[in-house]
Amino acid sequence: MEEAANQMSPAVQQSKAAYDNIKERFGDAISEFDANPTMPFFEVLDVSRWVDIALYMRDNSLLQFNYLACLSGVDYPEEQKLGIVCNFECIGKYTHKIAVKVKCPRDGGSIPSVSCVWHTANWHEREAYDMYGMVFEGHPDLRRILCPEDWTGFPLRKDYQVQETYHGIKVPY
Amino acid sequence: MGLLDARISNRNVLVTSVDNVMNWARLSSLWPMGFGLACCAIEMMATNASNYDLERFGIFPRSSPRQSDLMIVAGTVTMKMAERVVTLYEQMPEPRYVLSMGSCSNCGGPYWNHGYHVLKGVDRVIPVDVYVPGCPPRPEALIGGLMKIQELIRMEGLGISRQDALKKLAEKSVDPQQVIDQVRKSATA
Ligand code: SF4
Repeated sequence: MEEAANQMSPAVQQSKAAYDNIKERFGDAISEFDANPTMPFFEVLDVSRWVDIALYMRDNSLLQFNYLACLSGVDYPEEQKLGIVCNFECIGKYTHKIAVKVKCPRDGGSIPSVSCVWHTANWHEREAYDMYGMVFEGHPDLRRILCPEDWTGFPLRKDYQVQETYHGIKVPY
Repeated sequence: MGLLDARISNRNVLVTSVDNVMNWARLSSLWPMGFGLACCAIEMMATNASNYDLERFGIFPRSSPRQSDLMIVAGTVTMKMAERVVTLYEQMPEPRYVLSMGSCSNCGGPYWNHGYHVLKGVDRVIPVDVYVPGCPPRPEALIGGLMKIQELIRMEGLGISRQDALKKLAEKSVDPQQVIDQVRKSATA
């Protein structure tokens, strides 16, 4: 274990330290740390605690992840799941970064919205919803953001089939 | 070619047909609608700007469809935008012309297969008079397309429908390969 920690780059070690802090507080609600050199991350296992974890990450004086740099959607057809990946940074006090993954069932799944924690999440969650169709519970305004409001299907799902016509206009080539 | 090239007699009298005067006036002040949809619009703006100076043709963009007689569809027409484009087209007074600029608005361009959100050619929703190929077309190509529109206007007249004018224009067209070969030959000679 000690050796593995030594092999980590300084940036990943910083992320590990932040992770240890969160792990101490939330225990089994989050997964083990993945020391991916480009994007060290952990997964939220107990999805219902995602907002608590988010608030802790933002407000703990040793973490201060005050900047949600990106929130992307992912489709995992083999696992029958949809998910999001959030990239966090701290602007100001610390230089550490970490990514968090949250997953939900592919059909009718939902993830608690963190738009009340980071306002950035508002539009990003709308985009993830627009492209993948997972519902963000507690989102103040969950509408499609890029596709037309009455578009059918979620374009970035792996099994997406484009609709034949839209308002009488042929869509495929 | 133009009206001003005709000889004007000593008392500043010019005898010509109404058609001629009308067409000359219309083709010398083509007002396109000022809107762009994607990267092609950048090239269109460059054509409007000082280097290529479209105003020397009397072409300058208007901010309202009601004052425009030409629509340059410059860029990617998304499905969301398609209906707006139709509305804008319908708001333009006749006679109106449409120039489709770039692969995207010609046929979907790079998005022809996997672009679920892109209209595969603006001619699916509005009639197009001139297509300018390219991704994006150079300003010279756009100017070439605009000159084609001017030629088309010149072909029109009382009792000549747009369809007839387009046919006449097509008859007058030259095979570009011949021109290319000619230029090549004269360059090597
Ligand atoms: S044709 Fe090419 S340059 Fe023009 S809008 Fe499409 S992608 Fe952009």
